[in-house]
Amino acid sequence: MTTATTPASAPGRASGRERGGVPGRLPWPLVIPALLGLAFLVLPLAGLLVRAPWSTLPQRLAEPQVLQALRLSLVTATIATAVCLLLGVPLAWLLARTAFPGRRLIRALVTVPLVLPPVVGGVALLLVLGRRGLIGSWLEAAFGVSLPFTTAGVVVAEAFVAMPFLVISVEGALRAADARFEEAAATLGASRWTVFRRVTLPMIAPGVAAGAVLCWARALGEFGATITFAGNFPGTTQTMPLAVYLALETEPEAAVVLSLVLLAVSVVILAGLRERWVSRI
Amino acid sequence: MFRPLSRWTAALALALAAVSGCGSGGPATSATAPAAGGDARQLTVFAAASLTGAFTELGRIFKDAHPGTTVMFNFGSSATLAQQITQGAPADVFAAASPATMKTVTDAALATAPTTFARNRLRIAVPAGNPAGVDELKDLADPEVKVALCAAQVPCGAAAVKALEAAGLEVTPVTLEQDVKATLTKVELGEVDAALVYATDVPASGGKATGIDFPEADKAINDYPIAALTEAPAGPLARQFVDLVLSRQGRDVLAEAGFQVP
Repeated sequence: MTTATTPASAPGRASGRERGGVPGRLPWPLVIPALLGLAFLVLPLAGLLVRAPWSTLPQRLAEPQVLQALRLSLVTATIATAVCLLLGVPLAWLLARTAFPGRRLIRALVTVPLVLPPVVGGVALLLVLGRRGLIGSWLEAAFGVSLPFTTAGVVVAEAFVAMPFLVISVEGALRAADARFEEAAATLGASRWTVFRRVTLPMIAPGVAAGAVLCWARALGEFGATITFAGNFPGTTQTMPLAVYLALETEPEAAVVLSLVLLAVSVVILAGLRERWVSRI
Repeated sequence: MFRPLSRWTAALALALAAVSGCGSGGPATSATAPAAGGDARQLTVFAAASLTGAFTELGRIFKDAHPGTTVMFNFGSSATLAQQITQGAPADVFAAASPATMKTVTDAALATAPTTFARNRLRIAVPAGNPAGVDELKDLADPEVKVALCAAQVPCGAAAVKALEAAGLEVTPVTLEQDVKATLTKVELGEVDAALVYATDVPASGGKATGIDFPEADKAINDYPIAALTEAPAGPLARQFVDLVLSRQGRDVLAEAGFQVP
């Protein structure tokens, strides 16, 4: 979110890179809770690292099921993020830049997947897109398409849960962006679509990137909606979180290894993306 | 980015020490709390998800027989519950859906001498109206029939594998669910044409699923062991609850729910 507000607070792009510029002693009322917060977030990770069966790690990683689940996770999370970008950015624009009755209600509805327990989200998706669902029964009758138990179903479940993260951060970026640039472009004769493409989108790019990263991370860790809507079958719908959960049933050590793999891969990718995209501006 | 961080390493170490200090102090105080509570007694039962109906009823009976006692249930996958118990969850009684999951707890010396109190067999569950016309186990091998099974890692999945092996059938399910309730949900919503679930789960669906018995189920009977835990915070209450489950009255409740009682 901080990246989303930088364009507005530092439009001159001169001092964008210098953080913590105010001199003086750091205030303890901020530093102590910050460190406790950090410890709270990082300690469970330390627990995983301490308990990891390092000696058997290579064999466990070599199991074909692990790579299969990891690949499926990365592919589905990436496609889900693309879907969210395609649908979520316009939705965020609609919420931030247009006025229509019921906009507040719509904005509240967008956050529903955040509040809904993911398993309930999965059931809700089944009720709409399942074989007997409102739209699903029509899809099956008209095109012979059935989403549950397919890789496409995994993407649907992940996109459903992850999209609010993108919409909220893009909407925040749009609200923080200076609308006068858009107005200037419009007075110079640009159409609304051109304004969006040539002025708005470049201006909110950091916010979109941050939202996409959040969205991707959420999709990668998705468990409840996926297992409920798409089921669990190795190779087609068993993503890493599902593999971790089932490994926990019989081999807690294997579950720790799988979690570490997922964590390592996501941290590497997120750190890489941050360098490339988010902090460039 | 990293320079300011290193300056705070000392402070971070201090914070970590403080947090871990809290960690070691926490359990000690919470362990003494029930003893100090005196008469306000609480019994915590960890039980397999398939026992939800029967044990809730038994909990009510137990409360009536022991006024002033509250009975808390933690229903879930047996393997998860066993994991929680070995990680120190304050449970008094453990009722598992398989001897293997109970063994995790007895191996950790947290329970001794579990008793088998119920048996469960598999049944084919089909959605109301049986759209795929499933009559027997071999219909599940038809590629046109969408089948849900429990994952082999959980007891109902292990039983399904055993039953299908006994029948010499190759079944390719569309999904391997994480527990028996999730498997049944797929049937109730009509997403699959058939599933293998416990006999006791079919009545719990409230008519949205129909059960079909099949002879090969005899080859895959699940034993349910129960034990009072050695470090039960509720002490003798734990044993009393186990005795209720094993009593005539307990067996009636379990039989009512569709279990076979020894």
